[in-house]
Amino acid sequence: MATEPGMKGALVDGASAPIVVSHGANWRERARMAANDLAETRQLWPLVWTLSLLDIRLRYRGSLLGPFWLTLSTAIMIAAIGFVYSHLFHSDIASYLPFLSISLVFWNFISAITAEGSICFTQSEGMIRAMRMPLSLHAARVVMRNILVLAHNIVVIVVVFAIFRIVPSAASFSILPACGLWVVDAMAVCLILGVFGARFRDIPPIVASIVQIAFYVTPVMWSPVMLMHRGISAILVKWNPFFALLEIMRGPLLGHALEPTAWAMALGYSAALVLLAGLVFIHARPRIAYWI
Amino acid sequence: MAHLRIDRVSVAFPLYHGESRSLKKTVLAAATGRLGEDRKHRLVVEAVRDVSFSLHSGERVGFVGANGAGKTTILRAMAGIYEPMAGSITIDGAITALLDQSQGMNFDLTGRENIRLRGLFSGLGAAQIRQLQIDVAAFAGLEQFLELPVRTYSSGMVVRLGFALATAIRPQILLMDEWILAGDAAFLDRARHRLETMVRGAEILVLSSHSTDIILQWCNRVIWMDDGEIRADGTPDEVLAAYLPPEQFAAAKLAADNSERLRHV
Repeated sequence: MATEPGMKGALVDGASAPIVVSHGANWRERARMAANDLAETRQLWPLVWTLSLLDIRLRYRGSLLGPFWLTLSTAIMIAAIGFVYSHLFHSDIASYLPFLSISLVFWNFISAITAEGSICFTQSEGMIRAMRMPLSLHAARVVMRNILVLAHNIVVIVVVFAIFRIVPSAASFSILPACGLWVVDAMAVCLILGVFGARFRDIPPIVASIVQIAFYVTPVMWSPVMLMHRGISAILVKWNPFFALLEIMRGPLLGHALEPTAWAMALGYSAALVLLAGLVFIHARPRIAYWI
Repeated sequence: MAHLRIDRVSVAFPLYHGESRSLKKTVLAAATGRLGEDRKHRLVVEAVRDVSFSLHSGERVGFVGANGAGKTTILRAMAGIYEPMAGSITIDGAITALLDQSQGMNFDLTGRENIRLRGLFSGLGAAQIRQLQIDVAAFAGLEQFLELPVRTYSSGMVVRLGFALATAIRPQILLMDEWILAGDAAFLDRARHRLETMVRGAEILVLSSHSTDIILQWCNRVIWMDDGEIRADGTPDEVLAAYLPPEQFAAAKLAADNSERLRHV
C-alpha cells in the first residue's frame, strides 16, 4: 500500500493512572467512587458543553429559525396567556405580564429538568454501555442543555421588561446566588430522578403528572397576592418548595424586597435535595449500567 | 506497561422486569444453574462467576465460548462499564472498548461531530481534534461522508468509523467484540495492520470471537469461557484443540495458515 492513511499510528497516547473498579464493599468506598465520578465529569466539562450544544442544534437542525423557535414559542405562549389571564384575574397587564414571563420561563426550566432528568440515564444507554465514563456526566448534560434553553427564553423576559419600561432594582443582584442554587438543585434533581427512572420505568410519567399538578397549585400563573382574599390555602404557598425557589428569582426582579423566609425555605429544601441526591447516587451509581 | 487484573470477579444481572417471581419457580430448577439469588433474595442471572486472570503487555488474548458463556459481559466488566458484584478489576493503562456497533455514537450527528465528541471525551484540544478528524476519516475511508449524519451510513461504514475512532486515540488496552469482522476484506487487512503495530508496542489486545481462525491468527493466548466460568486458559493451540471438535480445529488451523501464507506473498 502506497498510502496508508492513519498508519503513522496513534495521534495521542492515552495514559492514565490505574483505575480500580471494585464491588464497593462498604459505604466509604462507594462514596469515594461517587466523588470520583463527579470529579471526572468536571474534568470533562468541554464534552458536557459540546453535547448540550449539539443536543439543541440537533433538535432544530434544518429548521429556518433554529433554536430561536425556543424564544419565539415562549414569547407567543406568554403573550397569549398574558392577555387572557390578565382579564380573568382582573389585573393590569402592565404588572401581570412581567410577573407571568418570569414565572413561566423559570417554570419551563423546572418542568424540563424533571422530565428530561428522569430519563437522563436511560436515554444515554448507548454511551453508558459502550465505554466507561462518569455517570454524572449524563445528568450534567441535561442541566447544561436546559440552561442553554433558559438562556434563549430569558430574552422574552428582557423584551417584556423593556416594553413595560421596568428597571430592575438593586435587589435584583440577589438572583445571581439564586441562579447558583438553581443549578445545584437541577443537578441533584437529575441525579435522583435519573437513578429512579433507570430502575423503575414508571417514574418518568409519574414525575410528569406530579409536575403538572404542581404547576397548577403553585403560584406560577397567579400570584398569591391576587387570590389572598379567597383564602388560598397557606400550604400551597407557605410550604411549597417550588414557590420558594420561584420567589427568590421572581421577587427581586419584580422589585420586591429580599425575602428572608423564601430564601430560608429555598436553602432548606435545597440542602435536603442535595443530601438525598448524594445518598441515592452513592448507593445506586454502580448499578445504573445494569438497569438501563 | 499496560496491565489488567481481574480478581475473583462475579457479575450478576438482576431480573427486575417481567414476572421474576413466577419465572423463578419455573426456571430455577432448570439445568443451566445460572440463575441464583442475591443477598436480598432477588432473582439474578450469574453471567460471570468468580473469574480471575491477569493480562500483561504484549498479550493478545482471545475469548471463546458458546453464546451466553459470559464473554461480552467479562469484556464489559474489563472495560469498567459493569462494576462487579464481587471482586475487583484493576485497569492500568488507557483502555478502549470496541463492544457495541454504535460505539456510543449519536447516529443523528454527523461523522465529524461524533469524532469531535470522542476527542473531547479523551481530553483532546481543538487542534488535536481537527487532526483526529482527518486521521479517522482517512483511515475509515469516509472523507466525503463526514458531514452526513451517521444514520445515513451503511453498517460497514459505521464499523469502520467505530474502529478508526477507537484506535486513533491509541489505547494501551483494546477490548474488541467480534463485530469488527463485519468490515470488508480490504478494511480488515488495514485493521489488522493497525492492531499489529499496536500490539507490537507491548500493549494488550482482548478479542472475543466465534471465528476460530481469526483467533488463531491474532492471539497468543486463549481463554475458554463456559457458563460464566473459565474452562481453560492457555496457548491457542492447546485451548482450541480442546474447545473445537478435531475436524473443525484442523480446518481452522488450515484456514489460519493459508491466510498467513497469503499475507506474506
